Amino acid sequence: MGPLARLKYWAADRAHFAIVLAFSIFSAFPFYWMIITTFKRNSDLINRDNNPFIFNEPPTLEHLRVLFHDTLYGIWLWNTAFVGVLVVGITLILAVPAGYALARLSGRWGEHLGIGIFLTYLVPPTLLFIPLSKVVVGLGLQDSLWSLVLVYPSFTVPFSTWLLMGFFKAIPRDLEEAAMIDGYSRLGAFAKIVMPISIAGILTVVIFSFTLVMQEFVYALTFISPVKQYTVSVGVPTFLVHGDVYFWGSLMAGCFIASVPIAIVYNFFVDRFIAGFTVGAVK
Amino acid sequence: MKLVQGTAPVKVASRRVTFAHLRDREEWLGPLMIAPAILYIVLVVGFPFFLAIYYSFSDITLGSRSLGFVGLKNFAAVFGNTNFRTALWNTFVFAVGSQLLVLVLANMLALALLKDFRGKWFFRLLILLPWVAPISLGTIGWLWILDSTYSVINWTLQALRIIGPKARLIWLGVPYLAMGSIITVHVWRLLPLATVIILAGLSSIPRDIHDAAQVDGASFWRHYFQITMPLLLPVAMVALLFGVVFAFTDMTVIYVLTRGGPYDTTQVLASLAFFTGVVGGDTAEGAAISLYLFPLLLAVAIAFLRIARRSEVT
Repeated sequence: MGPLARLKYWAADRAHFAIVLAFSIFSAFPFYWMIITTFKRNSDLINRDNNPFIFNEPPTLEHLRVLFHDTLYGIWLWNTAFVGVLVVGITLILAVPAGYALARLSGRWGEHLGIGIFLTYLVPPTLLFIPLSKVVVGLGLQDSLWSLVLVYPSFTVPFSTWLLMGFFKAIPRDLEEAAMIDGYSRLGAFAKIVMPISIAGILTVVIFSFTLVMQEFVYALTFISPVKQYTVSVGVPTFLVHGDVYFWGSLMAGCFIASVPIAIVYNFFVDRFIAGFTVGAVK
Repeated sequence: MKLVQGTAPVKVASRRVTFAHLRDREEWLGPLMIAPAILYIVLVVGFPFFLAIYYSFSDITLGSRSLGFVGLKNFAAVFGNTNFRTALWNTFVFAVGSQLLVLVLANMLALALLKDFRGKWFFRLLILLPWVAPISLGTIGWLWILDSTYSVINWTLQALRIIGPKARLIWLGVPYLAMGSIITVHVWRLLPLATVIILAGLSSIPRDIHDAAQVDGASFWRHYFQITMPLLLPVAMVALLFGVVFAFTDMTVIYVLTRGGPYDTTQVLASLAFFTGVVGGDTAEGAAISLYLFPLLLAVAIAFLRIARRSEVT
């Protein structure tokens, strides 16, 4: 490689890194901002002469204390986990058999049905929250977390069924056929042979559904008004951002705690979600 | 020998439809396993969807139980409303603006991430954060970044002497800035999904096609526009369709940042439906507003089916 070629290579490499870095900063900056605000003293936060990117005064845990002692944040986390676990359970009960049946026990119509189910994932809450709020009232579930348990599977089940269908299709048919020749029924082969090797796919659905539950905002905002029944995604923005005094430190702590840990877990599964999102457009 | 074992239970089972019988009858087992999921979706998606259509033709309000049929009155009333037409326009500006930016930026970023480099997984994690974090909470982070008094952007602009030391940009309080801000936050949020989808498409293009182009001496841009882009199109379409649905129907970013203000300049159909139908209690008009989104979603669904069919054929 001549010196000019080497220079060109070096420049391209730097440019490449600069692009990646710029996008990373754009994406991650709000989270950096959350964490630095969490540990800053109020006097530091509101002094506009201070450099806001660094600690000008010693860090403090005061905002975290306020968040967990003086607000209902702990209850909101608990509520979110409660809804999340139940919704994940319902999703698995409905989507695992459906995904398997679509992958194995149905021919051409199964494929169409699969796409039909997937399309319901695209029906947005915006179209449904008004009639659903009436349904929730009609069932006497208004202001109760159970309304969310009832409604959230409407968006977790379609996508999960679709993901699992793809996952089950990738398992060789021979495995079950061998088991069935050995005397298992179809259901038996599914339970004893297919399920154990599908743990990764099922775990993907668990993470995916739980993340969607944590993210949901519109239904929770519409169905529930008592502060004690909020989930995290509604509690922090509606209850903590009230009035003229913003407790930015506690607010940012609340946002950071509820978003970053789950994001790191999700990251391990991301390639599988993408396989689902691209609906076979990628081979 | 094994074959005999397999057929034995069938002989034993009587003609009555027992559970043991059922689990070997695949033409029943299949529908039976799918039915609960379908039933659930019909009840919590299909039924409310038709209810929404029904409400939009009625005079229902939050308190009342009356359901008088009023025909197209709600749709007409809504369309006659200036608020609605502003919101319709804003929805298009918001959705088209954010999607154009997302497509261009996601292509850039995906091309950059296609290459292997040290610490790639870490940068990918950082880039994915906005997609995975609950959107309402990520947006609160932006609310603080865009704060009228303590905005870090203003501080930086002042430190760099781009704006005067006393000058302040009220990011969420001035119409154009507010629209720019919500588009930026939405791009921030949707960029990761589009990027990873496009990245999956890029990785699936066979290596030898690129090699052939390189041997033929194609320049970067020619290579990109004549080889990569056509091959990428179906996948880019998928990213676009998801983006369009999320952008046209999302109200979280707007609810948290501006609540539609200043002076309704960032009000979109989704948030207007919420403020009319839920906060304002006019269920019928709220339903009518959100149903104006339906033709668009139908178009997206059809486009989706066509992509799915084409990928089946090939």
